[in-house]
Order: sequence, then C-alpha cells, then structure tokens
Amino acid sequence: MFGWLRSLFGAGPAPADERVERPAAPVAKAPAAMAPETTMATTAEASGDDGGRDDGARYVIVGAGPAGVIAAETLRAADPDGDVLIVHGEDGPPYSRMAIPYYLTGMIDEAGTTLRKAADHYDDLGIRIRHGRVERVLADDGRLALAGGGSVTFERLLVATGATPIRPQIEGLDLPGVHPCWTLEDARDIVRLAEPGSRVVLLGAGFIGCIILEALVKRGVELTVVEMGDRMVPRMLDATAGGMLKRWCEGKGIKVLTSTSITRIEPATDAAAEGGGLAVELSGGETVPAHLVVVAAGVRANMAMLDGAGIDTDQGVLVDHHLRSSHPRVYAAGDVAQGPDFSTGGFSVHAVQPTAVDHGRIAALNMAGGDAPYKGSLVMNVLDTLGLVSCSFGRWQGADGGEQAERIDQDAYKYINLRFEDDKLVGAITLGRTDWVGVVRGLIQTEVALGPWKDKLIADPHRVMEAYLARVGTA
Amino acid sequence: MAWARKVLRVDLNAGTCTDEALNMDWARRYLGQRGLATKYLVEETDPRVDPLAPENKMIMATGPLTGTCASTAGRYSVITKGALTGAIACSNSGGFFGNEMKNAGYDMIIFEGKSPKPVYLLVRNGDARLVDAGELWGASCWDTEERIKAAHQDPLIRVASIGVAGERGVKYAAIVNDMHRAAGRSGVGAVMGSKNLKAVAIRGTLGVKVDDFAAFMAATAAGKKVLADNAVTGQGLPTYGTQVLMNVVNETGALPTRNHQGVQFEGAHAISGEAMHEKRASDGKSNLITNNACFACTIACGRISAIERTHYTVVDRPQYQKASGGLEYEAAWALGAATGVSDLDACTFANFICNEQGFDPISFGATVGAAMELFEIGAITTKETGGIELKFGNVHALTELAELTGRGEGFGAEIGLGSKRLCEKYGHPELSMQVKGQEFPAYDSRGIQGMGLAYATSNRGACHLRGYTVASEILGVPEKTDPLATEGKGGLVKAFQDATAAVDSAGICVFTTFAWTLDDIAPQIDAACEGEWTPETLLEVGERVWNLERRYNLGAGFTDKDDTLPKRLLKEAAKTGPAKGLVNGLDKMLPEYYQLRGWTTEGIPTNETLQRLAL
Amino acid sequence: MQKSLHIDPGKCTNCLQCELACSYDNEGVFNPAKSRIKVFTFHDEGRFVPYTCTQCAEAWCMQACPVDAISLDAATGAKVVSEWLCVGCKVCTIACPFGTVNYNADSGKVIKCDLCGGDPECAKACPTEAITYIDANWTGLDRMRQWAARTDAGSGAGASASA
Repeated sequence: MFGWLRSLFGAGPAPADERVERPAAPVAKAPAAMAPETTMATTAEASGDDGGRDDGARYVIVGAGPAGVIAAETLRAADPDGDVLIVHGEDGPPYSRMAIPYYLTGMIDEAGTTLRKAADHYDDLGIRIRHGRVERVLADDGRLALAGGGSVTFERLLVATGATPIRPQIEGLDLPGVHPCWTLEDARDIVRLAEPGSRVVLLGAGFIGCIILEALVKRGVELTVVEMGDRMVPRMLDATAGGMLKRWCEGKGIKVLTSTSITRIEPATDAAAEGGGLAVELSGGETVPAHLVVVAAGVRANMAMLDGAGIDTDQGVLVDHHLRSSHPRVYAAGDVAQGPDFSTGGFSVHAVQPTAVDHGRIAALNMAGGDAPYKGSLVMNVLDTLGLVSCSFGRWQGADGGEQAERIDQDAYKYINLRFEDDKLVGAITLGRTDWVGVVRGLIQTEVALGPWKDKLIADPHRVMEAYLARVGTA
Repeated sequence: MAWARKVLRVDLNAGTCTDEALNMDWARRYLGQRGLATKYLVEETDPRVDPLAPENKMIMATGPLTGTCASTAGRYSVITKGALTGAIACSNSGGFFGNEMKNAGYDMIIFEGKSPKPVYLLVRNGDARLVDAGELWGASCWDTEERIKAAHQDPLIRVASIGVAGERGVKYAAIVNDMHRAAGRSGVGAVMGSKNLKAVAIRGTLGVKVDDFAAFMAATAAGKKVLADNAVTGQGLPTYGTQVLMNVVNETGALPTRNHQGVQFEGAHAISGEAMHEKRASDGKSNLITNNACFACTIACGRISAIERTHYTVVDRPQYQKASGGLEYEAAWALGAATGVSDLDACTFANFICNEQGFDPISFGATVGAAMELFEIGAITTKETGGIELKFGNVHALTELAELTGRGEGFGAEIGLGSKRLCEKYGHPELSMQVKGQEFPAYDSRGIQGMGLAYATSNRGACHLRGYTVASEILGVPEKTDPLATEGKGGLVKAFQDATAAVDSAGICVFTTFAWTLDDIAPQIDAACEGEWTPETLLEVGERVWNLERRYNLGAGFTDKDDTLPKRLLKEAAKTGPAKGLVNGLDKMLPEYYQLRGWTTEGIPTNETLQRLAL
Repeated sequence: MQKSLHIDPGKCTNCLQCELACSYDNEGVFNPAKSRIKVFTFHDEGRFVPYTCTQCAEAWCMQACPVDAISLDAATGAKVVSEWLCVGCKVCTIACPFGTVNYNADSGKVIKCDLCGGDPECAKACPTEAITYIDANWTGLDRMRQWAARTDAGSGAGASASA
C-alpha cells in the first residue's frame, strides 16, 4: 500500500497494484440499512464535546471536512508512526457539505452525508476524532486553546476549518425563519420549514445558492431567488450561461430577480401573514411574503481562531507551494486556504471540493516531511440546476489576447465556450453537456499544446475529448 | 420486443409529426424494414403514382434486430416508389443511422406529402419536429451532416441527407448517412428531394430490448463465431472489402467492361482491392487507410481511403485530401471497368463526390459508360458534352462528370437522367444497360447466368442485392453451381430472392449470408422477437414480401415484358474468358422461374399463390 | 499480476460491439449512450479510438467524491461507483481529467467503467482484439497514465514517478 508515496520520496516507481490510496469502504448496500443512530453510535467519539480534556498529537487537524479527512488519511499512510487527531467542531461524524442538498431533497438520510461510510473507518486507520471548538491557535507553543478550557498540543497543525457563510448587513436577518444553509444543523431547520407549498425567498444565486435552489424546488416550495449580481452564478458562469440559466429557472416556475438585493426583512403584518410569517423588502421597493428566507450570500474563510496567532492571512490563510502558512508548523488546506492558483500563478481561495481534496493530500505529504510542491488549484465547478447542468473550469473569463471557441443554442439550453492562451486551453464553460466533460480539466491542467487541434476546437468546441485523445492519449 | 412498436408519421404538407402504434399484425407477417414498410406503402399509396408527386410516400424503416448486438444489426431501408425506375424501391443502408432511429423509439418514419419549403426532420427520443432547412438547401450531404451536428451541438446526432443531386432530381440520387453509407439505388434521394426534405437528423438514447436476452446473447454469439470462422466474412471482406471480388469476377469473365461491350477489363487489377492495399511509389502510402464497420458489424468490409495528395483531382483541394469512404466493389466497377478507367485515385475521387453530393455510383458510372459509347458512335458530340472528350478510359471526363452530375450542371444534368432516358434521348435505347430503368451492377450475366434471371426479375430493377446468386455460382455459397449453366437457376434465384427479402426485413446486412444461412439467422430473430421464428417462417416472409413487391409493380404498370435484359446480353456473345461465345439464357430460365413462383406464364401471381401467402 | 484494459486503436473498426456489450451488461439494454466505453472517431484520418477509464492510481474521482460512493475493488484495481451511495453531485465528472466518469440523467447517478468485476464485457465482445484485458504492465495505458500524472496537482516529480 501507498507505494506511490514511496516513489514520491525517491524510492522509485511502485507497481500499479500497490498504488492504493484508500481501502475500499465496506459499503452498505442501501442507505436504508444505515440508520443514522447506528452510524453515529459506532464512531467512538461521535457525540458530545470533549471540552476541557487536554490532548495532543504529532499531527493535529482542525476541521473535519474533505480537506481534513483526506489529510488525516494521507498522514496516516505517509507517517505510520505519527499519531493523527482531528478536532471536529460539529457533532457527529465528519460529513460532507456537498451532500446537504441531497439530504434536503430526501434522497439521502443523514448517514448518507458522511464523508466515509464505513462505521469504523477512522478507528481502523488509527485516526482520532475529537469534538470541540478551537478558540485560539498558539502556534509558537504548538498548542490549540479549546472553547471550554482544554488544550491540544501539536507538532504540525493543519488548519482545515473551511468557510462560514457571509452574513449580509440586512435588517431582520436574525428573525426566526431566516436561515443560512451551511451546516447539517441548518439543513435540519430548512427541512422543517420548507414545507411543500410554502413561500421561500432565497438570497443569493451563487454556486451554493443554486445547489440549495434545486433542493428547495424539489421540496415543492414556491421560490423567489434574489441575486445582487446581474446574472445567476456570476462567479462561475459568464453572461450567456448565467442568462440561459435564469431563463431555465424561470421556465420551471421560479421567480429570479437579478441585480436585486434584500433591503429589509420584517415580521409580516396580520394582513400579509397568510403569505408567510415574513415580509421581505427588495431594493426595487417590492415586498415579498415568505415563510422562510434562506441566506446563501457567499462564504468566507473561517479563520477567526488565527486572530493574534501571527499567521499571515488575506482572503484566506496564505500558504506557499507546500501549503505551509507563514508559520513553519502550521499548514492550511481547503476553503480556508489561499493557496497557489494554477491559472493565475498567484494565490487564491478556491472553495471547491476538488481543491479541498488536493490541498488535504498535498499538505499532509509536506507535513509528514515530504517535499511535494503544489502546482496550484484549478478552479472548477459543476452545477445541476433542475436538470440543466453547467460546468466551468479555470480562466473561463478568458486570457488577455487569447482566442475563444463558442457555440450557443438558446432554445435548446446548450452552450460551450472554450478559452485559449496561445495554443493551450485555459478555461471553459459548458451548459447542457455532461458527457466526458472532465477532460476539459485534463486539457487545461496538462497544459498540452493543442497544435492543429486548436483550430479544430474553434470549428467545433465540443470535440474536447477527441482533442485530448489526439494530443495526449492513445490516438 | 425488438420492435419499438412505434411509427412516426411526418405530414410534410401540414408540417406535423405524429406517433402511431406499429401494426403488429403486419409486423408478424412482414417482420420489419423492407417487408413491413412495403406493406405500409402498398396499403397507403396508389402504385400508379408519379414517384416525384407529393402523393408518393417515402418510408425509412428499421428491422427488429436493428440496434441490437446481432452482427451487422444497424440497417435501415428507404422504401418508396423509385424515381429512377417507377417500380418499388427499397434501398438499404448501414452506418449508424438505423440504430439511432430505433434508439429514438421508432421502427419507421413515414413521410407523406411535400413541404412548402425546405425542411429537415429532427428527432430526439420520441420528440420530432420539422426544422427550416432554407440555409441547408444547396449544401452537400457532408456539409449538411456537419452543419446539423454543429447547430445542435451534438456530434452524436446521426444524419441522413440528400445532396445537391437529390435537390436537382438526379434520377439516381441517393440518401447518404454517416458521411459515406447510402440508401443508394433507384433514386430514393430524388423522391426525398421532391418532398423538400433535406435531411433526417436523429439522436436516440432510449435503448433497445429483445424478447429473451439470454437466448439472444447466445444466438448472436454463435452467429458472430460463424462469421469470424468463415473465409469470406472472417478474412476476405475485412481485408479487401467487397473489392475482394474485382480480380475474381474478372477472371471469371463476368466483369462488364465499357458498357458491357466486354466481360473482362485489362485494368481490373489497378482498381482492385489488392491495389488499394499496395503502397504507392510516390508517397509510400496506400489508397486504403483502414477498414471500417457499420453499427454492430463484426465483418467490417467498409473501406476508408485517402487520395494521393498530388493527384490531379485533389491537388489544390484539401477537403478531398482527407480520408473518407473508399471504393466498394460495385462502385469501383462502375466508375472503372464500365467507363474503361483504371486510375484508382480518380475512381476514389468520383466515389467521394457520389457520397458528398448523394448519388449512386453504380448508375452514375454505368450511365457515363453508356454516354461514352454514344460518344464513340457519334450519337453525341462535344457539342452536347460541353467540350468533354467522352471516350472510354478518359479519366478526366469521369471525374469532371461526377462533379457536374452532383451539381446537376452542364452535361452532368443529362448524365443525371440515367442511361435509359439518356440513350432514348439520343436514339439508341439498346445501349442502355438496365432493367426496369435501373443500371446493372458489376456482374455480367453472360458469365454468371443466374444473375441474368435475378436482374430480369428483380423488383427494383437491375440489382445484385435482390438475389445474389454470385454467391453460389462463383463463391460456392451455400453450394457451388455452374455459372455458365442455366439449369436449376430458376430455383436458385427464387431461393436467393426470398431469403434476401427476409434478411432485408430483419435489420441485418445481406453480406452476412456469405456465411450465414437462415438456420443461423432464425435463432437470433426468434430470441429477439415474440412469436415463433424458424428458417421456414422466414422463407415464407421472404416469399410474401417478394410477391407483395411484385404486385405493386404490376399495379404500377410493369408486365412480364419488363422481365428481360438488354439485347446486348441476350444476343452479343461474350468475346473472352470462360463465358466466351455465350449469351445469357434468360428464355431458358424465366418460364421455370414463373412456375416455381406460382405465377402465370404472364408473370402474375395466381390466386392460389396469393392465398398460400395470405396476401 | 493485476490486469488492465489494453486498447489498440489501430485494430478498431468502429463497430461499437464494445458499447453494446457494456450497455447490456450494465443497463440490461442495448444502448451505446449508456456505455462506459466509447469509441471516438477521427473521421478525416480513418481512425477509431475506444476509450474508457484507465483505473488510474490517482483516482481523482474517488478522492473527490464527497460521500464515499467510489471505492477501490482490491481484486481488480477498478474504482467502482456505488449506485446506492452516489448522490449525483457530478463532482467526479469534472474532477476526472480523462472525462471517463459520466452522469446518467436517467438514474441521477454517475457511471464509470468497473472492469465488470474482472471480466470486461467490452474486451470479450471486441471482434478484432482492439480491446483486450491483459497484464497491466503491457498496456498502452501507461502513456495515458503519465499524462494523467501531469494533471496531478502535486509535484511533477512525485506524480510522474508514479506512472
């Protein structure tokens, strides 16, 4: 096992059958077979806050999202003798925020949201999980101060605390019936309030907003989406794609208000209460009744615990090409990290699952003493909005002076736009296409010179798979 | 199962598309594709209709096996009244279009009426609509396919279209799908053009089921093994394509040469399958790039060829320097031996143009051959040809006429009439080598006697694919008969015709029958379809289909007088080869054939026969 | 010795029997659109290239899955999607730089090659041995894997050495 890590440290290539990164999860055959209680109970430290107890490990990871869990698994493999401790700020086993929308729709139960399905996965690997909130990082001391008074010592720390939702400055945001949708706890509340037929206002048609949007519609609510930007998902889709997505949503009975903000939320007057308990006042002056307001106005890196730690931060924790922060013992990964950006050569927060996974793995290799420089994250997103699938990759806004290839079919909701720099692909947006779409990542990240295939892609941008096979693969 | 059980009816007058249930009673009696669509056509149209009138209908039909994993199970046919012949037309094509139609949920698409303006049909999984094709009118089949795929951003849409030839009413215009597979014969493309229907574009992802999957997988696996183990389907066809025949047939003395003046061509090797493999001295490459299969075909006889870049036909035209559909045997013969041309790349180029603009290379080459004879005897001159020295062997004349015919321009417009109309026009009807208006394919019936009867009685005019007795007479499949003898050929032709009609109704390729008999095919159909399907029931279906087609033609005005061959084949003996001194002995075979068919001496099915076949 | 699919495009005729076999085995119908292997055509060159998952060591799909729905079949090396656990989020479809994980809108789940548990139907159905299932060391996929490594976000050295 983990032969590929050996090779990383100079022991030569490993045979293919040793390149196993993670053992197969002994998969339960149906979600129904895994009652939440069962899963929760079988994880050793599954419940309660371990508050005041002092603790420590060679490797301590704060945060139990994908970056933290992958890092723990990678550390366990890279340094079998080093103990690994995850400090998990929420109840229950590590779970995936990505899965929350599917929990909201009822496709999966809570157990289905867990990052690892095998009940004894962490125990088997010897990864400890401790529940508790970190108040401060005392980097020079190699110590974390926990809420409730306990502390955790570390030799190497990974900050993988993810992000927290931005709370816009809107009057009435603390009223009952106004919820962010970020944690499983939030999701439980929304499930309770978003009854079929109820009126829901969703603030924010960004990536997360759109994921929740789908879940809300599937719950049968009457939905109004309010987005400040001039289009849907402005940070992922260009004007063409964002506009098409808006039309698509409107065609599905959703009211989509772009270039609009919420100015105030008030408890509804008696007369308006039939429409819901809340009155949502919009920038245009209109007031929309609502039973529930879901706030998805973006997220920001969750790094309050680093205040005063002397660690450089910007939009996130600034990390170098080894994902190490300005403090030699402290690393950061995932949504909290502002790491190398593949496309720009600078440092960016890319709060997406594939980046979290890369970060967790690379950071862990370096924490364990390896030398694994990171080439940088490629921002990419995939979104399924009521059946219309959109993807974006890399520099979809285009490169200076770079050419592009485009096909638009407004009626059929099909769109593809490729962006080139010289004869390399650097970014792309697709709408209404799901087949072989990952190869766009391959074309961008291998930085393959397209040669004659650049013109072929300009003639037919859908031939990305053929371009890859011709320039990279076996063709 | 196997059938999608759904028909798409497209009323081009009204611009509407409606679904209807497949008539399963008919399906059980006519199986599918050729047989079943002919039944629909017979029931819905008057056989006396003008083929190019809106009242003629055009049906694209799959068979029950189309879209399954049975070898070659991607076929579809176009059934209509032929523009070239005025007889029943059933043009069969491979490629991927047939599978797409089945996967979109349809057994067949019936086109009726005439659209007021150019349109194409777009079908996606049971959702069909007509789309304006004003911008596509005038485009080649190749451009049409590419542009439709681009417009809908789906490279996996399969397109069957007409080129300019079909728009301009070239009598033997074809419908081309997948760039170089074609429903090629009898002028089905002209019928499509007369309806202002530019293309049919289909994307289907619904899946195809069969009645008994376990039995079907076993039966099709057994069938594939038979094909793999057979010398023709396992080696000859994959290696040389149908072009495996060029040298064989030439040596047999049955390669019609220069409008059937001879039966052996001195340039045969140069245009043969072997030559396609030979490396050119100039660039070290061969004409053949690779072999290519149609959907689900484990034989892969298709040819992909590229023309030498410095060849005069392509030197400044990069669009023709790419690989595309290469020469099949019939095309190589028609473009080569029939015109006396032995330039492989020139024939390949003419073939490309036939695919690009959508017209039948057999009828085209044969018509050029006839025109060359007219020119050589002085019946036409450079005045008519627009300056072209239309002599046998003039390679430039061949390729120039291909382009002119494809565009319906100049003397190409006259070549587009087909040899019967052309030779009549210039006063020498006897020089047209055709039956019922359709030009012969690549087997001279003086050297292969049974083919004379097969041609004379073929319901769609001269054709090798209605009863390919070449298999028996030359290749010894299923058993060898003497190609120079007439004895027993009546029964042989009938057996081949009936079996072929069944195969053409099933969704598979007739080339499988180089190796398969109905004993191999029946278990596959039996597993796929509800009901009992045995070799006997299949033969009965075949005979029923044959008689149905015959009755259509009788209704269209054909008589036993049309069951004949040109005088040249009946009076002028072969001058060389094994058949030297022989003419075709049709008069010795035809009466026996009528009798075996249960027809009167005038070639009309008796009431007893009709009752026996439940017609 | 673990086996893997070996693809020789030079032998492929584009008959799609692999797609038919794959779709039948996985979906119970003949439907190339649902096949996990696909033949890509280069019409102008007369070239046909069957293509499917290389079961790469990096396993981006498996790593990226937020709900642990993709796991390693230790016997075959295949990365296998659990239809029970997959929620259809499609992150794996963009994470896989080969594009070989695809979303099936009908089921709402993703599909990818699982090597049929060690007896791939596509290889058995291929009439020309363009697709074979042989010892991993002999497969042309090595080259693909090297390129896969270039996608690796990690060090060039580490990644390419793993190829």
